[in-house]
Amino acid sequence: MLNPINQLNKLFDSRVRLGIMSALMVNESINFNELKELLEITDGNLASHLKALEENDIIKVEKGFIGRKTNTMYSITKLGNKAFKEHIQALEKMIKATK
Amino acid sequence: MTEQEQSLHAIHDIKRMMERSSRFISLSGLSGISAGICALIGAWLAYPFVMGSRDFIMSWEKAYSLAEQQSWTQLFNNWLFWIAAGTFAAAFVSAFLFTYLKSKKQGIPLWGNTAKRLMINVSIPLLVGGIFLMRLLDYGTFGLIAPGCLLFYGLALVNASKYTLDEIRFLGYGQILLGIINLFFEGAGLYFWAAGFGVLHIVYGIYMWMKYEKQGIASV
Repeated sequence: MLNPINQLNKLFDSRVRLGIMSALMVNESINFNELKELLEITDGNLASHLKALEENDIIKVEKGFIGRKTNTMYSITKLGNKAFKEHIQALEKMIKATK
Repeated sequence: MTEQEQSLHAIHDIKRMMERSSRFISLSGLSGISAGICALIGAWLAYPFVMGSRDFIMSWEKAYSLAEQQSWTQLFNNWLFWIAAGTFAAAFVSAFLFTYLKSKKQGIPLWGNTAKRLMINVSIPLLVGGIFLMRLLDYGTFGLIAPGCLLFYGLALVNASKYTLDEIRFLGYGQILLGIINLFFEGAGLYFWAAGFGVLHIVYGIYMWMKYEKQGIASV
């Protein structure tokens, strides 16, 4: 039997990234501050995780302005959507496997 | 922690975040307090007009004749109408202001997806209620206006609780309860109205402010 651990995506191997992905799955797009507020983490921490996800084409970034302030919006890519769903399925399998 | 436990934790986190991120969390407790104060002032201003004549606003004869005329100018010539409109405007503007300030402090855009979803889902029961109450006015059934306001507003809040901080559900239950009781105490509409829109708002607002904003914590 295939070990479900192999199907777990290394990219989502952190609470912050799980949080980012979960939030983006149910929202068309979310801005940086909203994510920060939701996850309760520092700018730097969030930025580094977002960057890693962006570099792997899991999320996409759109920069805009609200008045004079920058407004960076994040949304999930098709690839990201598929990868995260597979990750959840793998998690579910792991829970069932040991039951 | 076993792998199974880890997976369970991860799924739990995912669920929690999906729920939290789809809610509007900038709603300020101060908005509730300010709306409640506006309502109490409005009720105080309306008191002499509502309680001045025996059948609260006007005699039934006059009400029925008005209903037959269905005249809008009559409505706009009515002080009570302007007090109600002014109260609503003041409550809305002040409630909006505090929530705007909170969203600014959080750095969250006020008019995001979650705010839109919240507005739409609050508006549906409110608009339906508004139309229904207009028809009641046309029939001269003034005694049902206050409980009607409370009932539809309560339903709107219960509906809203899925799209914002969940505690608003209990404010909704409170309004519905008052509305139902008010159905059996017709002449006391203004008191129930003041209790629901005034006192309950203020109590809820203070509770929410203490819970989420006092220490600058604005998260669930």
